[in-house]
Amino acid sequence: MENSVDYIGIASNKPKGARPYFFDDPAVERVMNIAMAIGMELGVARERLDSLERILEEKGIMTRQEIENYTPTSKKIETERQQWHSEYISRILRIIQQEMEQMKNPDKTLHEIADDIDKM
Amino acid sequence: MTAKNLPPSYDNIARHEVFPELNHDERARYNFLANLNKHLAHVSQGNAIAFEQRVQPKFKEEHGRDFKTKEELGAAMAKDQHYQTWSALRRSTMEMRQQAGRSMTYRQAFALKKRVDKLNEGKDSLILDDSVQVPPYLLAVDNHLMPGSYHTELIEGDVANAANYDGGLFVTTAGLLGKYSDGGGEAIAQWLKNNHPEFAPKRILDIGCGIGHNTLPIAKHYPDAEVVAIDTGKPMLRYGHARSVALGYDNVKFMQAEASKLPFEDESFDWIQTTMFLHETGGKSIYNIMKEIHRCLKKGGITMHIEQPQYTDDMSLYEKWIRDWDAYNNSEPYWSKMHDIDPKELMEASGFNGEHYMQIGAQAVNDLDDGTQKADEPEDHGRSPIWNVFGVWKK
Repeated sequence: MENSVDYIGIASNKPKGARPYFFDDPAVERVMNIAMAIGMELGVARERLDSLERILEEKGIMTRQEIENYTPTSKKIETERQQWHSEYISRILRIIQQEMEQMKNPDKTLHEIADDIDKM
Repeated sequence: MTAKNLPPSYDNIARHEVFPELNHDERARYNFLANLNKHLAHVSQGNAIAFEQRVQPKFKEEHGRDFKTKEELGAAMAKDQHYQTWSALRRSTMEMRQQAGRSMTYRQAFALKKRVDKLNEGKDSLILDDSVQVPPYLLAVDNHLMPGSYHTELIEGDVANAANYDGGLFVTTAGLLGKYSDGGGEAIAQWLKNNHPEFAPKRILDIGCGIGHNTLPIAKHYPDAEVVAIDTGKPMLRYGHARSVALGYDNVKFMQAEASKLPFEDESFDWIQTTMFLHETGGKSIYNIMKEIHRCLKKGGITMHIEQPQYTDDMSLYEKWIRDWDAYNNSEPYWSKMHDIDPKELMEASGFNGEHYMQIGAQAVNDLDDGTQKADEPEDHGRSPIWNVFGVWKK
């Protein structure tokens, strides 16, 4: 598409410098990062739901049962919802994308860069 | 932790004509991250406890002496489970903040560019110069983990990372820099007004201005002065200039220039300022930059530099080490070595007379402070808006 960028991929790019790991096993760090991102998205969903419920309640518009029974009524709605899932997964699996970027383009450690920079 | 420590909601941030649009989820994501940052400042206090209660005693028992170097202390702390958990969480939070900001600004990259272009078009107060090189110390690293740093353009006329920077400062600092994230510039301008009311600078230079968030308060307090803000990152300058126009300023010029090769005549500025800039330079460059500042400063003029506290002999080894965390883990690698420099020696080596050297403490002026922020706040080393300002009058 013209006038658009792959903002989902760009957003998860790794910054320069090999990533420091703090746990003895990097697997722990990977899982923790995924869990934290999910935690954040749950917070986001919770805030949105809170907005929704308060507005609906204030206006006396809808019942909880109607939400319970909802299914997409058009291809457009279906696509919007799937697009959301796609971005959501890229977001929570950020660390894996970054590890792949590091494998493809091995980068110096920040200690090495600090020494380089000290000579600049 | 009590409710007194809640950060202000993202809805309090000040918008302007080129500020990115945030949808409901993007605002909620920033609310989560500001709260997480605030929470981790508390988790950070566990590092001192772990150090005093188990890491230091164990080392003393094994070696029959205390730690001698930061490296020795760091190697022992790196094995501590609390430190591992806090570090992993803090790193993760910084990465999530960058991703949240960049997914938000890059999805609207073209719209942002269009709005910025509209405000910049035909204005001679924005001067871009293709011959200006991004210095190697900025090319070597993406400072504070912002992929692409200040200079990368993913589309023609890109301003997305600048908008990401503008929108995200509020999150990283949990709102402590005020609604325009300008608490640093505001603090320095107010200090000069209060302590030297007779000082009336005609021309002011701000080096490494970024989006100009700390430049504008200086322009506000000195409306009769011509303020020149320089940076090497085109996206930052384009966005910063448009932001300045949008906020109604007409006395600030944004110019692409490199700090160690200032394109100005000798003794042409009354005041030369840097704010949280020097720690993002390099070991040789910092001396070249300061020599250029000395050259361009008029007699009777002042230069001031806002940084995190320098590492002095009376600072504990533990504090120096914990303050170094951002250098290696938040990608600001010159941070550690820069804070080891004696700033007075730096000024003297650059031609200034050490007799006129001064050092003051400064705290961010926070226009969002409603009294709910202060109670039981732990010091978040490297993040708290409590700074060291060093400077010198050229006489």
